[in-house]
Formats: sequence, C-alpha cells, structure tokens
Amino acid sequence: MSELLKKEREIVIPGEILAQGMDFLPGENTYRENDNIYAKALGLVYVSGRVIKITSLSGPYVPMVGDRIIGKVIDITMTGWRIDTGTAYSGLLNVKDATTRFIKKGEDLSKIIAIGDYVIVMITQVTSQRLIDLAMREPGLKKITGGRIMKINSHKVPRIIGKQASMVNLLREKTGCEITVGQNGLVWVRGTPEGELKAEGAIKRIEERSHESGLTESMDAFLGGK
Amino acid sequence: MKVALRKVWTRSWVVNKMTYSKRLDERKNDELRPMDAKAGVIPNADGSAYFRAGKTTAYVAVYGPRELFPKFKQDPKKGLLRCHYAMMPFSGSGERIRPGTSRRAQEISMVMEQALLPVIDLSEFPNSVVDVFVQLPQTDAGTRCAAISAAAIALADAGIPMKDMISSVAVGQVDGTIVADLSYGEESYPAVVSDIPVAMTHNTKQITLLQMDGEISKEDLVKALDAAKSATEKVYDVQMKALKSKFSVENKK
Repeated sequence: MSELLKKEREIVIPGEILAQGMDFLPGENTYRENDNIYAKALGLVYVSGRVIKITSLSGPYVPMVGDRIIGKVIDITMTGWRIDTGTAYSGLLNVKDATTRFIKKGEDLSKIIAIGDYVIVMITQVTSQRLIDLAMREPGLKKITGGRIMKINSHKVPRIIGKQASMVNLLREKTGCEITVGQNGLVWVRGTPEGELKAEGAIKRIEERSHESGLTESMDAFLGGK
Repeated sequence: MKVALRKVWTRSWVVNKMTYSKRLDERKNDELRPMDAKAGVIPNADGSAYFRAGKTTAYVAVYGPRELFPKFKQDPKKGLLRCHYAMMPFSGSGERIRPGTSRRAQEISMVMEQALLPVIDLSEFPNSVVDVFVQLPQTDAGTRCAAISAAAIALADAGIPMKDMISSVAVGQVDGTIVADLSYGEESYPAVVSDIPVAMTHNTKQITLLQMDGEISKEDLVKALDAAKSATEKVYDVQMKALKSKFSVENKK
C-alpha cells in the first residue's frame, strides 16, 4: 500500500519520510531508499501526479542553461572575460559571444569591458564540472552603466518578477526605474536617486514577505502610498 | 584547581557514603540537560544555527558552496566540507583558553567533519568548499556534541543537500550508573567515569561519531550505546523544531 505522509506545501527537513510504497516517484531534492521516499533538503513538499518534489527555501544558486544573470567581470583572458556568477564557479564570456563589433587581433579587451564592470549575460552551456559559458549577443544583454546593484536570495527571484512579470512591471511603473533581475539573485536598478531608493526598499520588502499571498496588491498599496 | 575540586568531591563522597545514585543536578539518568535551538541567527552567513544544552552554547555559521583555495585541495569529483571549531577565551570554567587553534580544536574539527560527511551530498558542487565555523561562548562539557548538533541545523538551513539529520549527545557511566548528557561535574567525578560522545543519523541510527574518555565494561558500553539512541532522538526533536519554526514564523509574519 502506498501512502503519502506529508501534506502539500508542508515544510520538511532533510531525512524526513515523505511517502511509503512504490506508487510515488522521487523528484527534485528527494531520494528513494527501499520502500520509502525521503527528503534531501529543507523545503516545501509539492506533489504533481505521482512525483513528489521539494522546493528548497534556501541554498546556492544552481546555474542553468538559458538563465539570464548579472555578473561582475573579475579577469580578462586571451579570448574573453571571466565573470563572477555569484556561485562557487565563474563563467567565461568569449569575445565572439560578447559583441557584434569586429575586434582586431591584439586589441585591448579592457577598452570594451573592464575589470569590475557588471554585465547582464545569458548562460549558454554548463558542464558537469560546472564550467559556465556565457553570451551577451541578445536584446537586453549588455554591459551595465550607472544605477545600483543589489543582492537578494536567488530563491526569491520568481517573487520579484511575479506572474507574467506583474511585480517587476509594477515596480518599474511606480518608481520610474529601469530594473533587471538576474536569476542568480543580483538586481540592477537605474533611475532617479529617489526612484532607486524607493525600488531598493520595495525589493527588500518583497524578499522579506515573499511567502505572503496577494503580494502584488499589497506592494501596489505600499508604493502608491509613498 | 583540578586537585582542589577532587578533594572537595572526595570528602563529600566519603561523608555521604554516596555511590552515584542521584545525579549532581538531580536529573534522571536518561534525562538530558535543557536544550534550546534556533536556525538562521547570523544573517550574513548562508546558513546558521544556535544550540544550547545546559550551560554549553554553540553558534555555527555555514558559508558556501564557494570557491576553494588553495587550489590543490580542490576535488573535481565532489565538494569539500571544512569544519572549524573554536572555544572562546572566556568560555570555560577554568583558565582562559588561548585563542587560535590547538591540538584539541584540530581533533574536534576533524571528528566533526567525519561525523557530518556521511549524510552530506556535495557531488553537485565539484571543486568547491562548504565552510562550517563553530564558536562556543560558554562551555560545560559536551561541546563537540553541541557543535555537531548545531552544525547539522546550520547545514540544513544553508540548503546543502543532506540525506538525513545528525544528532549528537554524550552518554557514559559514572561510578557504575549509566547516564546521558554528562556535565563537567560528572565528567570529573572522583570515581570510575566514562564519557562517550556519540553522533547518529536519525532514520537508520548509524553511528557517525564514537569517542571515549575513561573506563567502561563491555556490558555497560552496550547499555550506554542503547541509551544514546533515545537520547539522540530527543536532540533530533529540538533540531527539527528549530528548522521548522524559522520558516513557520516567517509564514505568520
């Protein structure tokens, strides 16, 4: 007999038994041993069909192909730039993936992007050893100029963006700032000094209250009243 | 100082003709000291925890997975777990403890790593390191157990993949009586005493730490290890509550 031992959206800690029997399948952050499915991380239980998975509430950002992230240039190599991704692994941005402009042999790459600059880039490849390839040749991907960078928990990024980008659009509209949210938890805000401060406060507030329902409405009131 | 203590104890022992039938702090033989735990006490860390058992307090901060230096220590197959144990200078009841590492601190850091590693899965983080820093502001025996119990909470809080929780407590024998969670007074009791720190996984009850100081008979050792099973279970309840309440408090806010 198979039995689910935890409720949907219940908080579990590592090692807790989630289900007994072979009718369920272990998904993300879970594992099977004999008849039981156990939790492998701290998080919330989700059941979809027969698959049980755990959405973790904390933990490192895991680089995924297709993610748009914000990174800091930490080094310049022969063929491109080394970017700090905010994880244990740095990414490589090759010259040919960085710009459409023709670059002469032996040209000084620091004239194009210097060490310490922030860039919005997309992850194009991640290997098993966590070597990361980056690209910057799509609309919206660019070197960052001006504004400010802030760091949030990468697990809260979906709440900052909201359903169909409703939250980030609300922030843009109410603060008049240009806002880009990297999947790795780095956020770039550029606007008037007052607008930037307001946006920063709002983003911190969303991070703190990420679990609340109806957050977009309450943020609307929060930003409107100010 | 130790000599003086011993004299006082011996005298009272002789006067009262006391075998160890009642514990110094009047606990039951299988009763642990009052415990208290909290997750997420250090905002700057990726994960953190506080654990208290009686007068022993441990704070743990976890950082990582992050890039590992020196580079020759990197393992391309899995991440490394690195523990750092330190008692604060004023934490003990005796002399000031010199800050910085010591032979004892190095040993405890090593046994902590070995006690925690069996449940931690760092295969997803090659070439990286997870750093675990332990500070003990106040100590009264059982520091390595408090450190391991707190570290397990902090690692779970940091979102590190773990197959199970690790709970740790000391058991032992004082003058023929099997007791759980010895205090310093019991460890230094003037009779045949043994102090056995044990760490166990929750589900399978596998032992990941087993050390001993003192003397014990084979029969008593078996009994003591049996007592450790129910004792670590009590620690586990405190750990679970600490982790769950961190997020349920957030839910109520």
